[in-house]
Amino acid sequence: MTLDAFLFQALNGLSTASGLFFIAAGLSLIFGVTRIVNIAHGSLYMLGTYIAYTLATKIGGAFGFWGGIVLTALFVGVIGAAIEMLLLRRIYRAPELFQLLATFALVLIFNDMTLWLWGPEDLLGPRAPGLAGAVEIFGRRLPSYDLFLIFVAPAVLILLHFALAKSRFGRLVRAATQDREMVGALGVNQAVLFTSVFALGSLLAGLGGALQVAREPANLAMDLAVIGDAFVVVVVGGMGSITGAYLAAIIIAEVKALCIAIGVVDLGFIKFNASKFTLVAEFIVMAIVLIVRPYGLLGKPQGNVRSVAEPEAPIRPAAPLLKAFAAVVLALLLALPVVAQSSPYVMVLATDILIAVIFATSLHFIMGPGGMHSFGHAAYFGLGAYGAALLLKSAGFPMLAALLAAPAVALLGALLFGWFAVGLSGVYLAMLTLAFAQIVWAAVFQWETFTGGSNGVIGVWPTAPFNKAWVYYLLALALAVISVLLLRRFLFAPFGYAMRAGRDSALRAEAIGIDVKRIHWLGFAIAGGICGIAGGLFAFAKGSISPEAIAVGRSIDGLVMVLLGGIQTLVGPMVGASVFAMLQDTIMRQTEYWRGLLGCVILFLVLAFPQGIAGAFSMLWSRFDGKRGGRA
Amino acid sequence: MKAKQYLTSLAFVLAAGLSFPAAAQDTIKIGELNSYKSQPAFLDPYKKGMELALEEVNAKGINGKKIELIIRDDGGNPGEAVRVAEELVTREGVAMIAGTFLSHIGLAVTNFAGQKKVFFLAAEPLTDKITWESGNKYTYRLRATTYMQTAMLMPAAIAAKKKRWALVYPNFEYGQSAAENFKAMLKKVQPDVEFVTEQAPPLGKVDAGAVAQAVDDAKPEASFDVLCRPDLAKFVREGNTRGVFKDRTVVSLLSGEPEYLDPLGAEAPVGWIVTGYPWDKIKTPEHDAFLSAYQKKFNDYPRLGSIVGYSTVKSIAAGLAKTKGLDADSLVEAFKDLKVDSPFGPFMYRASDHQATMGAYVGKIALEKGKGTMDDIKYVDGASVLPGDAEVAKLRPASAN
Repeated sequence: MTLDAFLFQALNGLSTASGLFFIAAGLSLIFGVTRIVNIAHGSLYMLGTYIAYTLATKIGGAFGFWGGIVLTALFVGVIGAAIEMLLLRRIYRAPELFQLLATFALVLIFNDMTLWLWGPEDLLGPRAPGLAGAVEIFGRRLPSYDLFLIFVAPAVLILLHFALAKSRFGRLVRAATQDREMVGALGVNQAVLFTSVFALGSLLAGLGGALQVAREPANLAMDLAVIGDAFVVVVVGGMGSITGAYLAAIIIAEVKALCIAIGVVDLGFIKFNASKFTLVAEFIVMAIVLIVRPYGLLGKPQGNVRSVAEPEAPIRPAAPLLKAFAAVVLALLLALPVVAQSSPYVMVLATDILIAVIFATSLHFIMGPGGMHSFGHAAYFGLGAYGAALLLKSAGFPMLAALLAAPAVALLGALLFGWFAVGLSGVYLAMLTLAFAQIVWAAVFQWETFTGGSNGVIGVWPTAPFNKAWVYYLLALALAVISVLLLRRFLFAPFGYAMRAGRDSALRAEAIGIDVKRIHWLGFAIAGGICGIAGGLFAFAKGSISPEAIAVGRSIDGLVMVLLGGIQTLVGPMVGASVFAMLQDTIMRQTEYWRGLLGCVILFLVLAFPQGIAGAFSMLWSRFDGKRGGRA
Repeated sequence: MKAKQYLTSLAFVLAAGLSFPAAAQDTIKIGELNSYKSQPAFLDPYKKGMELALEEVNAKGINGKKIELIIRDDGGNPGEAVRVAEELVTREGVAMIAGTFLSHIGLAVTNFAGQKKVFFLAAEPLTDKITWESGNKYTYRLRATTYMQTAMLMPAAIAAKKKRWALVYPNFEYGQSAAENFKAMLKKVQPDVEFVTEQAPPLGKVDAGAVAQAVDDAKPEASFDVLCRPDLAKFVREGNTRGVFKDRTVVSLLSGEPEYLDPLGAEAPVGWIVTGYPWDKIKTPEHDAFLSAYQKKFNDYPRLGSIVGYSTVKSIAAGLAKTKGLDADSLVEAFKDLKVDSPFGPFMYRASDHQATMGAYVGKIALEKGKGTMDDIKYVDGASVLPGDAEVAKLRPASAN
């Protein structure tokens, strides 16, 4: 490999970095001001490519292409403004992160809408008029469009930088990023500010997507493919820092280009293919950056967000009535195998729901009372599932032993990752957990000889008597009840109170002698371990485990379940998990456009129950109870 | 009150479980599951193919009975797919299941079928493992495997007489095993062959410019490309602009299928040696009949998925006509050496490894009227590239035979 080749690959990296920058810059702006984790940002990017494709092919010519790109960016900006005004504005007062649920619903809806409007086939746009060819550099041919992209990103960066540094709007944005309550208190119209920032961020996403039209076909997988990368870039660069986003985009794109340039490496004793590391390169970069610089390369510590939502009431042990209900529910669940004899599928579905309940409850343990928003809970699910599966297949463990070992494997992983994660807070913690989850996922995916690679481990079936669906269901029920009671016990023990104290005020908790980091670390590990039970149960229920089951999608499902049920109550995650699992099961059968329908249902639930389903019921109850004069 | 919510949910489960529709006596229920949402470009034509075949089959009937297809989305992941398979079997009471697209989902359902003793016809997945390493008694597979498709391209790869080869494949079972097969087969015939670079980009996220450049920098004389869509389109455009394919022999799996070729439009890489489906070039009576029926019904041309969907239902119909009973074991017996007529001509399901011998077309990509198509086409019968019965018996677990 010559120096020329490396330098040329560096140029390739720069043009890829430009694409990353546009989507990351918009996301960073939106998060900085509104604190919304906008998962739908990738969908806006995808829409950008589709709209630009339509304009470029329907109008045609240079105007259709270049004019189309500008029009697309503006149009996507308008869509962004509409999302903010019609949807997000209604739920700013909801608990933190709840807006994530709304944007998740949008991802589902946008994807199906795109399928409906443009059809399933990939649409490859025309080459850029005037920039269709290539230029010779280092004796190699670089597409002139790539050269254009290399320059356009810094140009936009400089433009944004001056807009933020010099204009009144820019000053407001920066002020709001630092302390948005203060900005509001000083009489700035927050609604207009939020809408315009959301529109600007969306415009950038649309522009980024539109610029890709000459490089890649518009396709329905773009939204999710790009959103992960965008988050990584934003976090590595530092939330709210546009320059940081550009720097991070360059670093990540260059690392990937380098991996590709190196190709197959033969060190004599070991031979590996560096191009395979592109799968996980960005997450390794993110993990390193966050461990060394907790706020990203150019980020500053996040301003304290004084919650917009109503202050959270401390959780109390359930009222006797609720406990009685719980006993009735448990009795019914125990009787389910008898009731469901005529329809064995109920056992299968109910087992799935119980697995989801364990998963969501363990996530809630650190998200709610712990205040640690884990975006990578799938890692512990995966460690449990793979731990059980591999112990059974490779180490010859009997089924029950493998199942019991699952939480131990997950616990070890959570102890390791948690140690790094609790050093951070807020969205940085969330992103570090995500990075670890992706590293676990990539390791499992890559390590074919041990984990079976993309196919995973198959043939993980329970042995008698658990090979009968109803016996396995009872096993799952027993483990679910144990898990939930165990977590509850932790929460009402001094340990749980200490964990919540650390969440609500780390300083005061430290002052009274609580080692907040240690408590949070242990809390994280406990949640991970319990989550491993769900993973182990899952592997045996499905007879197999593959990397897909532990990808980002599962982490997001977990967040959705917890938020859907309501983060402020202990019953919330159970209700959320059950409702989500059943919704998925029923809706998937109903219509071809089930994703869109699921999105609409979630959107409805978001607007109807901004406290989550269980949260809404408990509020109703306390109001009713309050009138009656009873205790809450 | 919170618990009450839970109770309502519970009632929901019960209600959902208890309300299963009663089946009419004169229909045979077949469950079909596939990744319709995550792979719409492939599975939309596939579904149409199934519809057409179903119409034809039910017009005649099978021993006086009709087939009822119950189609489900498998959610695009193995865990979900197993649940859906279970739902089809336990709630809908289907006689057999068919479908799946991606290899790992196909494998998970194969494993489920073996464990629960349910007859499964894998329609689309390509991995060799379904019929060999992880094969089982209850699973048959229709489409030509990775091994078969690679073997079909070997004569052309050998004839090219190139020494320096580059490999580009997705970092995924399908790509990895295609590359492994290719390397092994070529090495056997051409021991001095050199593989100068291997690029394994993540599925669906190829950094096309950098990968194309890395291939070019390795200065290969030929390359073996197994990219999936939409990676292929990105790669071809970058490669064309950078002159990577100039004066190089390129051998590529599946790229001649309309699903891959059509999105490339006028940029179809002329001269690539590919397996595929040149629907406008095939002139056989079987295919003509299929083509006109398809175009009449859907006012669209068929893709390879249409052929697979059509042949899946035709296979099921043939199996049902032959079987003694609707239990899994009888179906397994019925599919042994089962002969099926498809638009590609007659083929059969081998008793030895449960693989269908349906072949594929091999040819060179050409450009006609600004659209990609195939030239010099030749149908390669699957039977001609599959190892013999004794050899596959060794590849399969003992319990599967």
